Amino acid sequence: MSRPNPALALLRNSWRQLTSMRTALILLFLLAVAAIPGSLLPQRDVNIENVDAYFAANPRLAPVLDRLGMFDVFASTWFAAIYLLLFTSLVGCIVPRLREHVRALRAAPPAAPRRLDRLPQHARWTTAGDTTAGDTTAGDAPAAARDAIAVELRRRRWRVTVTDDSVAAEKGHLKETGNLVFHLSLIGVLLGVAVGSWFGWNGNRLLVAGPDTAFCNTVQQYDEYRLGPRISDGDLPRFCLELTDFTATFLETGQPASYSAEVQVDADGGAGRTETFSVNSPLRLDGANVYLLGHGYVPVLRYTDRYGQAQTVSAPFLAVDGMLTSEGVASFPDANVDPATGERDPQLQVAFEGLFLPSAPQQPPYVRSTHPELRDPAVMLWAYRGNLGLDAGIPGSVYQIDQRQVEAGRLLPVGDPQLLRVGETMTLDDGTTIEFLDISQYVTLSVRHDPGSGLLLASSAALLLGLMPALFGRRRRVWFRVTPAGPDAASTTPGSSLVEAGGLPRTDHPGFGDEFRELIRALGGDAGPREGRH
Amino acid sequence: MSALSDQLLVVAIFAYLLAMICHAVEAGFGTRRTAAATVPDRELAAVAAAGTGGGPTPGSGPAGAVDPAGPTIDKSTGTGGERTGWSAVGLAGWFAIGATVLGALFHLACLVTRGIAAERLPWGNMYEYVLAITFVGVAAWLVMVYRRPSLRLLGLFVALVMVALLGLAGLVFYTPITPLVPALESYWYAIHVSTIMASSGVLLLGSIPAAMFLLRHGYEQGRRGFPYLLAKRVPAAVSLERLTFGLHAFGFPVFTFAVIAGAIWAEHAWSRPWAWDPKETWAFISWVIYAGYLHARATPSVRRTTVTWIAILGFLTMLMNLFGVNYFFESLHSYA
Repeated sequence: MSRPNPALALLRNSWRQLTSMRTALILLFLLAVAAIPGSLLPQRDVNIENVDAYFAANPRLAPVLDRLGMFDVFASTWFAAIYLLLFTSLVGCIVPRLREHVRALRAAPPAAPRRLDRLPQHARWTTAGDTTAGDTTAGDAPAAARDAIAVELRRRRWRVTVTDDSVAAEKGHLKETGNLVFHLSLIGVLLGVAVGSWFGWNGNRLLVAGPDTAFCNTVQQYDEYRLGPRISDGDLPRFCLELTDFTATFLETGQPASYSAEVQVDADGGAGRTETFSVNSPLRLDGANVYLLGHGYVPVLRYTDRYGQAQTVSAPFLAVDGMLTSEGVASFPDANVDPATGERDPQLQVAFEGLFLPSAPQQPPYVRSTHPELRDPAVMLWAYRGNLGLDAGIPGSVYQIDQRQVEAGRLLPVGDPQLLRVGETMTLDDGTTIEFLDISQYVTLSVRHDPGSGLLLASSAALLLGLMPALFGRRRRVWFRVTPAGPDAASTTPGSSLVEAGGLPRTDHPGFGDEFRELIRALGGDAGPREGRH
Repeated sequence: MSALSDQLLVVAIFAYLLAMICHAVEAGFGTRRTAAATVPDRELAAVAAAGTGGGPTPGSGPAGAVDPAGPTIDKSTGTGGERTGWSAVGLAGWFAIGATVLGALFHLACLVTRGIAAERLPWGNMYEYVLAITFVGVAAWLVMVYRRPSLRLLGLFVALVMVALLGLAGLVFYTPITPLVPALESYWYAIHVSTIMASSGVLLLGSIPAAMFLLRHGYEQGRRGFPYLLAKRVPAAVSLERLTFGLHAFGFPVFTFAVIAGAIWAEHAWSRPWAWDPKETWAFISWVIYAGYLHARATPSVRRTTVTWIAILGFLTMLMNLFGVNYFFESLHSYA
């Protein structure tokens, strides 16, 4: 024999350590602890704006935390390390148990121990002999009693083996089956999440009502999107959506009561169809689900410049409070282009910062809407003229005026703000006008495809189904030994048998005594309510 | 109807207050009734020892004297256990339990009238949620005390928690009735929220025998210092530990179902089944801790005190989720 390889021994020991319950428990607690920062600190995956705000508030600490993955806890290496180790430990634990369980399921219940009275539950009684049959059948009486016991046990769904003079029975393998199903379905859950992450994609999009603003399912048309590593642009299903109607109803207090969006769906060459969906009932399309996340108003504004050229802009405004007081910007970068020369004067671009009030108050200050419905819609406009800074190539918000341009004096406020109702016009100092034409609406949508969700749901169901027997199942064994009643048993009639019974709960099971006594009574013995007291 | 509901809440609080006083009276003046104190002890120790097949026996004397089968705890069989249990209940004990039942009835009436007034299930905001979850707790407690009357001294803590939580609900969380926001308009509202409440109620209740076990265990080890002396008259440690496990074993699958139902609803409403919203994160933490508890308890080498501390830890994470998350974090689950 060669000496054991120290590397192999180390490996074997490490594997044993990893698959021990102690390690599994420690990993479980590590997992719980590791999840805590995911709730204490803002997470990019949940709300990226909050992460940016945290960076602004803690400029020294945030980069350090970021390097530790604290803003992407659930995608971080250390979080993955914990759950992957935990799952390795789990696999290492359940594979041998699975093998063991299959063997136990095939094996017969173990033979009766010699001393049944040593077991936690015990009973003995003699069966009444068959007085009519006479002496000839006396020798078969124990066998008949034994078979009767076996039949009754089988009827009660015990796994039974019958030997010469005894019956061995076992019940409760479902506990271990449930246990294994539970742990295997945890792996299914993890795989479901992984499949969804690798092969899934999702995108968010603000969709303004009307045919001109319809959107088609390509990555270019999303405001933000994420493709799984195994997905490319071309894999996205082809469909187009046009918002044809959106209805929101509100209570008098301003609390929303219902939302409903109606869209025209044009899927891959087919004829368009109209679909309605809302919060809690998403639009299920082939290969993608569309969820309604939010909504808002879109003032439609027409600017007429120095040359009499009119341009119309539908500017989605973002709600700043529950009454849908909304802020936004209408930009006219191509304003005041000389029609004769076609030249654009970068100093004469125009933009309007706006505050939209779906229900404007009776009197000033016009800063807050009184209700989210369009009861008395009005928009307060602040005019700006100059260089909008759109050509600089620096990404800026489309809902705000570029403050850098204002601070640098390249973009100047013009005149006083003015409140406009639909149809009203405001005239600027250079004679140009802005007209509040109409109000449209927009919805914000999340479009998502998650191919892992079926596996996730099935695994969750299996997990739950396995959990019940794993927790409430009880393994227990009973044995019966049937022997001819001895000649010293004076009271017995010829042909009677002595039955001795023993019961052993394999798992912690306080009700086993009751079950055992009930079983003995059913088999004709008298265990009594206090069986076991000698 | 809404005003009636508010008044019923006050009545329920007073009933629980009365129950608390009666329990305190029984705990304080019941010491002379030695029979009352030891009989339940004996019964429960026996129950605990039954069928364990040589599990750890409690340090207290009576356990060894009783046969391992013990009197049955199953009341339907009508054997001696029931008589011993209920006959040991003194007058103050009866009043305490009666007041708790009365409180629970008013509590239920308060919820029902609130539901009728709102024309929906009464768990749409923090106020109603606390009312409903405490009702689950008190109902589970009454079932428990019906089956094991000797546990009734724990009712002092139950009543205390009831008065504190209902008072908190009425004073801090109170919200006038409003209909549901569209995000909650779904049948999953009934499924997810009710099961979350049922499981949280049972798991929170499970912390009471858990804490009592830790005290009683110390008491049985011979400690007579401040916290341990409180456990002088509570049931034997083994039976408390078993009860703790029973409640957690019941609560855990229900909680698991509730979380899964929540994930299905989240897919309907927010597009993702799991988005690591703080509420979800803390539910995950609680689930992992309770899974750890169940695993540790199934492992013979882990001491039962350690196991029970894990249950207490789980309780703290549940509390954090119920109250902490709503007030400290920005969460999609904040509808209050």
